[in-house]
Amino acid sequence: MAETVQQLSTRHLLGIKDLSLADIQLILETASTFKDVINRPIKKVPSLRDITIANVFFENSTRTRLSFELAEKRLSADVINFAASSSSVSKGETLIDTVNNILAMKVDMIVMRHPYPGAGVFLSKHVDAQIINAGDGAHEHPTQALLDAFSIREQYGEVAGKKVAIIGDILHSRVALSNILCLHQLGAEVMVCGPTTLIPKYITSLGVKVEHNLMNALHWCDVANMLRIQLERQDINYFPSLREYSMLYGLNKEILDSLDKKITIMHPGPINRGVELTSDVADSQHAIILDQVENGVAVRMAVLYLLAGKRV
Amino acid sequence: MNSNLSKFANEKRKGLIGATKRSQMQQSILLSGQKFEITIQRLCQQLIENHRDFTESAIIGIQPRGIYLAQRIKSELQRILKLDHILFGELDNTFYRDDFRREGSAPLVPNTTTIDFVIENKKVILIDDVLWTGRTIRSSLDAIQAFGRPQKVELLVLVDRRFSRHLPIQPDYIGIQVDSINSQRVIVNWKETDTEDQIILLTEEND
Repeated sequence: MAETVQQLSTRHLLGIKDLSLADIQLILETASTFKDVINRPIKKVPSLRDITIANVFFENSTRTRLSFELAEKRLSADVINFAASSSSVSKGETLIDTVNNILAMKVDMIVMRHPYPGAGVFLSKHVDAQIINAGDGAHEHPTQALLDAFSIREQYGEVAGKKVAIIGDILHSRVALSNILCLHQLGAEVMVCGPTTLIPKYITSLGVKVEHNLMNALHWCDVANMLRIQLERQDINYFPSLREYSMLYGLNKEILDSLDKKITIMHPGPINRGVELTSDVADSQHAIILDQVENGVAVRMAVLYLLAGKRV
Repeated sequence: MNSNLSKFANEKRKGLIGATKRSQMQQSILLSGQKFEITIQRLCQQLIENHRDFTESAIIGIQPRGIYLAQRIKSELQRILKLDHILFGELDNTFYRDDFRREGSAPLVPNTTTIDFVIENKKVILIDDVLWTGRTIRSSLDAIQAFGRPQKVELLVLVDRRFSRHLPIQPDYIGIQVDSINSQRVIVNWKETDTEDQIILLTEEND
């Protein structure tokens, strides 16, 4: 139970970079209360009944958009959805104009996903609404990192001291950066693992271990966070073939059984079955992929609730 | 005055009214020792009159400070009736409060809710330590709906601050009634968490 008055130090959620350890802990604590709420017979609370939230997605999304929308509805907020593909953006409207038009309809918060890094930061400087970053290019995806941390905490009791390996396409991943920052704040050790071409050059300056051999990474870690190869962001060939990648970095049941300990498998989705994970691993007891999705709603409810409280 | 009031209500929720604050205030003890004990006993006897063996009833304490009274009442009832089990829960109403995002209130940090039974068709006894404006009870009544439709909801409070209600809410069982003005504060201490069982009235020195 919290004994002191606590609130977030930021008005927007643009990245994990802006959050203090206290902020992260407050979000995780609040999320566990919301996880109780969404497991009740009536899963809805009236806290945000006077708030309108726009989900503005300039990039495709299933989980994140549904998860945000559900979180908003469970908090009784009014929700409008906007997908760039079916909007006037294709007629040449700028980002600021688009968002200001949405705000003219009296919207209080914007949840935005955008293909360009820093789009959220840019928007927060030019419009008068609270911005929540739902992924900006290969930069940050803060709510994913928070829900990953929440899931690890749920699995092990705490995050501090745990060893987390992030395996796959680190170069194009916003999940990787947010996860590294979040896990470090919480006191976990982080390793990134993947082919040399998919590991950013100066990543060691973030204080992570780098490994190119999957088996070494798996022997080291408690938690393996498997990332998808983001072919849509790859303009050149970073490896000879998906088949070769899958043979060197794909996780299957034989590898998992050959380890002398039980590790937890996470995946932010969408899974490319047969590439980074085989089906028998993705559906095994080791994987907490669907728990992550459930926790995502609770974590997003916590973020929205705490940010809404900052408005006054 | 209104914002003062909500500020205090907020501090009260967080249990922030600690030693430093109290030192600037004049204390008078309204109830303690044997009289406190007798009051609890009387409340239990009144409950037994209406609920008999408690098979269809559930006791629910309101977070954060109502749970101590609820626990005390529950264990006393079990002792008197020689029962092993009475349905018992703790209810947090944070997400149902009407002062979220209002002036003078920080974001409300939730407490835990533990209600691991179905309250459908149960007679629920809501328990809080002090009844003041009635707003906490209003939000608790909302919060309880999420766990089903109770047959009946009753309210038990240890202290009823009379003539200070903002809403038409009245208790069914009352420990003591107190006449107080808005700038005064009523605090219940418990021997389990504080030093001893007592109800104190705090008055600002400059009043």
